[in-house]
Parts: sequence; C-alpha cells; structure tokens
Amino acid sequence: MADLTSRLGSLTLPNPVLTASGCAASGQELHQFFDVATIGAVVTKSIMMRPRSGRPTPRMAETPSGMLNSIGLQGPGIDAFLEKDLPWLAEHGARVVVSIAGGHTDEYVALARRLYDNPAVSMIEVNISCPNVESRGQVFACDPAASGRVIGAVRRAADPKVPVFAKLSPDVTDITVIARACAEAGADGLSLINTLLGLAIDTDTMAPVLGGVTGGLSGPAIRPVAVRCVWQVHQVLPHLPILGMGGIRTGLDALQFIAAGASAVSVGTAVFGDPTAPARVLAELDQALDERGFAAVADAVGVAHKSVAEPVKEPA
Amino acid sequence: MPPVQEVGEIFAVQHIGEYYQFTVVAPGVAASFTPGQFVAVAVGGDNTSMLLRRAFALYGATPTGDFAGTIQFVVAEHGPGTQWLVRRRAGERLDLVGPLGRPFQLPKRTVPAVLVGGGYGTAPLIPLAQQLIETGSDVEFVVGAATASRLFGELAAKRVVGAVTVTTDDGSAGTHGRVTDVLPAAIQRTKAHVVYACGPMAMLRAVGDVARAHSVSAQVAVEESMACGVGVCMTCVLPVVDDDGQSRFVRSCVDGPVFDASRVRWDDVGSLPPDLVGADAMGA
Repeated sequence: MADLTSRLGSLTLPNPVLTASGCAASGQELHQFFDVATIGAVVTKSIMMRPRSGRPTPRMAETPSGMLNSIGLQGPGIDAFLEKDLPWLAEHGARVVVSIAGGHTDEYVALARRLYDNPAVSMIEVNISCPNVESRGQVFACDPAASGRVIGAVRRAADPKVPVFAKLSPDVTDITVIARACAEAGADGLSLINTLLGLAIDTDTMAPVLGGVTGGLSGPAIRPVAVRCVWQVHQVLPHLPILGMGGIRTGLDALQFIAAGASAVSVGTAVFGDPTAPARVLAELDQALDERGFAAVADAVGVAHKSVAEPVKEPA
Repeated sequence: MPPVQEVGEIFAVQHIGEYYQFTVVAPGVAASFTPGQFVAVAVGGDNTSMLLRRAFALYGATPTGDFAGTIQFVVAEHGPGTQWLVRRRAGERLDLVGPLGRPFQLPKRTVPAVLVGGGYGTAPLIPLAQQLIETGSDVEFVVGAATASRLFGELAAKRVVGAVTVTTDDGSAGTHGRVTDVLPAAIQRTKAHVVYACGPMAMLRAVGDVARAHSVSAQVAVEESMACGVGVCMTCVLPVVDDDGQSRFVRSCVDGPVFDASRVRWDDVGSLPPDLVGADAMGA
C-alpha cells in the first residue's frame, strides 16, 4: 500500500483522485454508487452568482473516444449551492473543491467572498477557461493579462487558508505563458486542462449537432493533449502544484498525469459511462504504484521528466 | 432503493419485427424496478471508443420465480452503439446501471386508464398495465407505429388487457392513421381518467393535447438523448413547468423520464424560452 497522501498547495488530501467539475454535479447522485468521502475530493459544477438555465438542447454529441458538450453552465447559483449542496457534501464527509465561474472579474470576486471562512470549502478552482459561456469574447483563459487579473483578484478576496487553483484552457498557443501569468498573480496551483473547443455536424440535417453550435470536447480523445500540457507546465513551473485532468479512465491513465507532473487528478467524462469511475481509478492507481515500487504517490509526481533530463545510460 | 451497477449475462435475445428483445440476468436492477424506469447499458465492450451508455425503458423485471432476477428491455438499431448491442448473443455479458428514473405514478384511486404506445414505446406500458389491472383499474391499449414491422407488444398487450386498438401510419396493420386518431374514442369508451404514453416526442405531445381536450391527465415517458443517465451531466434537459409555476430545464433521467404532459413546454423543446429560470443570465 503506497502512501496516497497528496498535497495541493496548503491542502492535504488522503488520496489524489478527485471528480472533475461538471461531471459530478454536487456529489449526491454519485454517492449512490460510491462513498464521496473515500475519494480525494469532490470538485463541484462551476457555481455562478445567479441561477443559470444553460443552453438549449441538443447539448451532447458522442464523438470517437469522447464527447462534445454545450451545457452552458446550467446551475442554481451560489445561494442555492450554499444552502443545499455544500452542507450535504460536508455532512457526508467529502472534501470539497468549489469551482467558480463568472462573466466579469467582479463576479469571481463576489463568489470568492461568499465562500470565505466556510469550513466546508477545501479549495477553490477558478474556471476561467470554459468555452461554453455565452460571452465568447470573455474567455479569460486565452489572455494572460485577463487570466492574471481574475486569479489575482480571487486570491486577494478568498480565504487565505484556502488554495486557489486556476483551471486553464488548452486552446492557446503556449499554455506555459498563461500558467506563468496565473502563478505570478498568486495562483496556488493549476488545474490542467479544460475541454477543447469542438464542433460536429449532422450530415442528415447538414447543420451543427449541438444547440450551442460549438461544444467542449472531453474524454480519452483529449488525454494526450492534457498530459502534454501538464508536462510543459511542470517543466517551467516545477514547484507549482498541478491537478491533472482530461480523459482519465483508468489508474494507469492517472499515473501518466502524475508522472508528467500532476500532484492529483480529476476523473471527469469517464463518470458518464461508469458512475463508480473515481473509486475504481483510485484502486487501480494504488495497485499500479505498488507494482512499480513507489512508497508514496508523491514520489511519482513528475518522475517522467527525469527520464528525459537524465537518459538512462547503457551499461558499459 | 438506489440504482445499482452490475454485469449481467444475456439470457436471450429475440428478434421481433424491427426490434430486439433482451432478457438479462440482473438481480440488482430487477429487485427494485417500477414501470416507467429505464436501464443504461454500456456498449462496445472493453476499450471501446463509445464512452456513453444507451438508455432503454424496462419492459419487465422478474424478481422471483422461474426467471428470478432477470430484466427485459427492447432495442431498436439506430447507430453504432445499438448496432453493437443487437449483435450480442445469449451467454455474453452486459454492464448495466439501473433501475433509473422516476416511474409512472399510479392513480390514487382505481380509475379507468388508456395506455398509448408508439413503436417500442409500448414496452414499458406492459408492466404498467399489469400493475394497474392488479389494483383493479380498467385498462385499454392503443398501440401504433409508422408501419406494421415497427409495432411492438401488440400480443403482450392483448394478453394483459384484451382491449387493444392498433394503428399504423401506412395502414399496413390495424387502423390506417395515428394513435391520436383513435385515442378520443378510447377515452370516451372507457371513461378514462388518465392516459399513459411512451413513444416519440411528437406523439407524446399530441397525446397530451388529446388528453387535455378531454380533461384527463396524461403521464408520458420521454426518450431524450442522455449521456450519463444518473443526473450528473445535464444533457437530457427539457423545459418543464415546476410546482411553483416557474419553468426550468429539468433532467429527463432523474426528474423524468415520466412527466405530466401538461407540464412539458413542448413548443420550447430545443430552444431557450426567455422566461425560463436563469435564461436572463445566459446573455450576461
């Protein structure tokens, strides 16, 4: 049994497997299939200030080894979240990473304030990269200055005891530029990666499949992109904790992210096909670490970089 | 009881018209099944590129007796997922999650009911009919489809109920026309207080309209495209009027699949009506 204790900034988790934002609602539904207290943490759907209807249907298209979604951040808003969902998670012993999203820096700040000094909140993940928000011009995650402004403002407004992670979009020329901007603005860590923007066309109707036209691509199809992003960011910011995600379906998938530099991982789209996926991935990862002789998951974080920096020499 | 995930052996696959009727050993799903609920089936096998489950209304479940612990559901071949599924054979295993969704609500007192099935939408109505008859209700069936080969459950309906009216759009079986052409007469004949229906969206809407015109309630089971089936993905939403009079996008998988037809805003399916709760936040 490897030591699975994982650290994300000042937060210590009993193990490194979390849910992914938007793939676990607020935990209640998945608790029917596994105990939400047994995984590292539940990452909530992105919470916004006001109730939000989301986009018209169709909202989903299955694609090879993945899916496109254009939910449009449907949610009840922060009041209902604080009243119902967060207390439920606390009562059931789950550690909670609250994902927040907004249309303006002020909205992110207001959300961070509403979460201040709440013992049920373990961490804040700032969704600055969701390609689904209606205001396409304001995808903060594609602009280093805008990303830094939001993250700096959230860090200043949020409870100092609670780590603030920025969730980045892979749809940028150089993700390390955005990562540095967030780090310099005070991010305690990064969540890598959000979905990739995609589009599918129905060849019977000759029109886009999704009501929102474009959608976010997730699932194993994006895993190599995600592992590459984790690798690149860990290379330039080796001391900044990374929560890795993107197409993790098995314990070995999770181990790839950890070896690339992630301290913990989120299991997202896999949940739609297998509601026990987070618990299963955790068990598989535990076994995979044992089989490879790791005494602790922390020892595996970023190890793949060593193989490249110091290539193993052939024996003389 | 909460839904379970279990791997079950296929006991039989019967080819009926254009459909495939599966009987699968799944005691966990069978144990708490109520008519109207569905099962979500993984397709494609290990390491498949098809990540999402396919949802099927449960046709029956046998918790006890000779076929104890089996469930039945009906599959129509549509895309790659169902093409894989209909090629499975007895002895192979399926990964199932169920029973899922809110079932049909039985009337509080014994009243006559008309059950309307379109295509393989008749499947979940057969166990409902059994339940209604056990509680003493008079039940009539209307079973329709585009053409004769797409009818399902006509014999089963006759066995359970006796009074069955068949319609086909092309006249290849039964009355030439749609289920809603014969529904008013069935409601009047039976003095029905409630209509139950399952089938394509346009049919459900039309059934709801007929029911309202006759001042009877209609419970309809929708078949909306789903990703997870368990309530976490928010893809299968419909605009529905809530108890507080406000409309919201609600999940077909956990808030349905059975809805009061008068609560569904059929005109607005596939759009974003501006008076929906939270629609004002979408432009922000």
